[in-house]
Amino acid sequence: MTPALLRARLQAALGDRFPAALSPAARPAPELVSTGVAAVDALAGGLPRGALTEICGPASSGRTTLLLAALAEATRRQEACALVDAGDAFDPCSAAAAGVELARLLWVRCGDVSRFPTQPETRTVKRETFFLEQALRAADLLLQAGGFGVMALDLGDVPPALACRVPLTSWFRFRRAVERTPTVLLLLEQEPCARTCASLVLQLQNKQSAFSSQHSANPSLDPTHARLLRGLRLQVEVVHSRLRKLPRAAGIEFESCAAWAG
Amino acid sequence: MFACLHLPDFPVAAMMRLEPGLRRQPVAVVDGAPSLERVLAANEAARAAGVEPGMALLQAEALSGLKLRRHSLAQEAAAHAALLDAATAFSPRVEDAAADTVLLDLAGLGSLFGPPEKIARALAARCAALGLECRVAVAANPEAARHAARGFPGITVIAPGQETARLGPLPVDILEPPPEILETLDRWGVRTLRARAALPAVAVAERLGQAGVELQKLARGEGARVLRPVEPPLCFEETLELEHPVELLEPLAFVLSRLLEQLCARLAARALAASELRLTLGLEENVSSFTFQVSREPSQPETRNVKRETVHERQIRFPQPMLDGKLFLKLLQLDLQSHPPPAPVIKVTLTAEPAPPRPGQAGLFLPLAPEPEKLELMLARLGRVVGEKRLGAAELLDTHRPDAHRMNRFKVASPGSRVGTARNVKRETRNPHARLAFRRFRPPLPARVQARNGRPVSVFFRGARATVLDLAGPWHASGEWWTEQGWAREEWDVTLATAEGSASYRIYREGNAWFVKGEYD
Repeated sequence: MTPALLRARLQAALGDRFPAALSPAARPAPELVSTGVAAVDALAGGLPRGALTEICGPASSGRTTLLLAALAEATRRQEACALVDAGDAFDPCSAAAAGVELARLLWVRCGDVSRFPTQPETRTVKRETFFLEQALRAADLLLQAGGFGVMALDLGDVPPALACRVPLTSWFRFRRAVERTPTVLLLLEQEPCARTCASLVLQLQNKQSAFSSQHSANPSLDPTHARLLRGLRLQVEVVHSRLRKLPRAAGIEFESCAAWAG
Repeated sequence: MFACLHLPDFPVAAMMRLEPGLRRQPVAVVDGAPSLERVLAANEAARAAGVEPGMALLQAEALSGLKLRRHSLAQEAAAHAALLDAATAFSPRVEDAAADTVLLDLAGLGSLFGPPEKIARALAARCAALGLECRVAVAANPEAARHAARGFPGITVIAPGQETARLGPLPVDILEPPPEILETLDRWGVRTLRARAALPAVAVAERLGQAGVELQKLARGEGARVLRPVEPPLCFEETLELEHPVELLEPLAFVLSRLLEQLCARLAARALAASELRLTLGLEENVSSFTFQVSREPSQPETRNVKRETVHERQIRFPQPMLDGKLFLKLLQLDLQSHPPPAPVIKVTLTAEPAPPRPGQAGLFLPLAPEPEKLELMLARLGRVVGEKRLGAAELLDTHRPDAHRMNRFKVASPGSRVGTARNVKRETRNPHARLAFRRFRPPLPARVQARNGRPVSVFFRGARATVLDLAGPWHASGEWWTEQGWAREEWDVTLATAEGSASYRIYREGNAWFVKGEYD
């Protein structure tokens, strides 16, 4: 008798008496928290707790803007947050301007050149690989400790080819670590690499850099010292979502505004 | 009622606190200058084997199976402090009668702990938890309790009025009379308290004077005196002198575990927690070079030339008072892995700074935060991965110097508090738009910039040339010119053409050199 036949018979015999015995437990819909950007909330519904969310995009695509907005929202809710900074690129001044309460943010800075091993047998190890492994170990420790409202792993400066070489088991382990916890796990990178382990994948793109005082027909003659970078016009798309059915290539545009531009 | 805690064979008992494995073996403590060492004290098993106090070390060594240990005043002090802690856990009125004896007043404790028998059992259990095999006696007056504790093993409870009968079988020297009186009594054939108590009072006064009368009262269990309470000092220190130098972290961890166990038990007895741990390792001298191995595996040996240090001190502060021996051990292990001692360890001293424990029950609707114990352990482990100075909570400094911040130790901020500098608070604004974020390049990337009419037209960095699509600037920034760390630069915001479209960066010129400070993202 095959297992499938046996299972069908057992279900037929016991289904009335024990309806939930043989069926998998229904997974409750994850709680969604605000990203801090109204447009992205409207598009994706928010960031899911207890799940992995990927924020992807090239340089100047608004990934960090979205990350800081999410961290600001979390610290505003008085939650403790953690940021594993693989490339040591976090700017506290910019974060404070975005509303992040720095005292509630644990900043783990990888990329310390002095810790790079110099023994002959490890000289072949690439520096980026070493720092990426350092970041993954740090993230592992943070997730094991638990208790963070938002845990972000910033791989924004890690080359996509290297990030994609991170074994799927690592992402699976991270996802399992946050499952059934109220932690929002954010992964910042250039291209999606967590594959099926991500519950939500947001792809960002820079549409335009907005400068002030573009009056004349020939901008090259404008006095450049009288101009300011006002912000970026960004586009966000939901590439993949387990949370809700979205139309294909759903996307929306929003603006990020520099602190000095009001 | 009064209770007395007495530790028989005190030097041996003090040593056994930290070596409980020797409890059922014959053990003797020796003291004295080398080659003149003599047995100071021995436990019951050792006495049964023929060891006597005052015996020469050579004679003692001839006995098979006998464990010999050096006399340690530090261990005795710790055992005495532990005895006081055990008594203070029950009553605030505690008398420090001797190094091995503590008296406590049980008045009013009945409603808290029950009848005297129950209190005596609880006292014995508390002492056992502190590694002390104490004799406990309860009697109506302090002296009767003291003599009963010194004379009877285990737990003794003497009902009021029964003192003379119960103390009767004890030898008369338990009263510690002056030698001449003891000799006289011996000549009279008076060898027990019962015989001593039966002597006529007037005749004793005529022959032995006032001291004889006092001894008469003590022998009858009638000695009534006022307890002299002391306030035991809040000093939590444990010391262990090692038989052989320790060169590995693993055996050192076993020693630390034992010390921490005792330290935590003592803190718990006083309803306190530790806000700081100080570890002092006594180091072996006259060692020219040494490799302290973190593990038995031979990988990455850390060989050091030993300096003239004789101690290695480490200090661990906790943001909140804690009392978890396993957590303390793990934190000490991680700390010693990062800062190994420069020579073999021969003495370990562990001191805890006591503090009132934090409230056990938190609010129902507290925001998410890691548990303090887990957080401490996690921070210590993260420190091993990325470096202790590279994790924490950033704090902006009140200066215009770029990237001016310092790293503070991360701790769970209390709900409702908004911790930060004035600069932080000033900059925190809620805006309907998302704030433009900046990613720094640390250190700034060197760049080659082509300029036309004083404006950058192309930037070469990271091995690629990019055309400037749009730009703003320059802005001149400078500061701290009055110090050696003064800085002055000319900054530009540029949008560069990239394969994906465009990206915005901040570049600056310092002297004749160009750098890319970071990217807007």
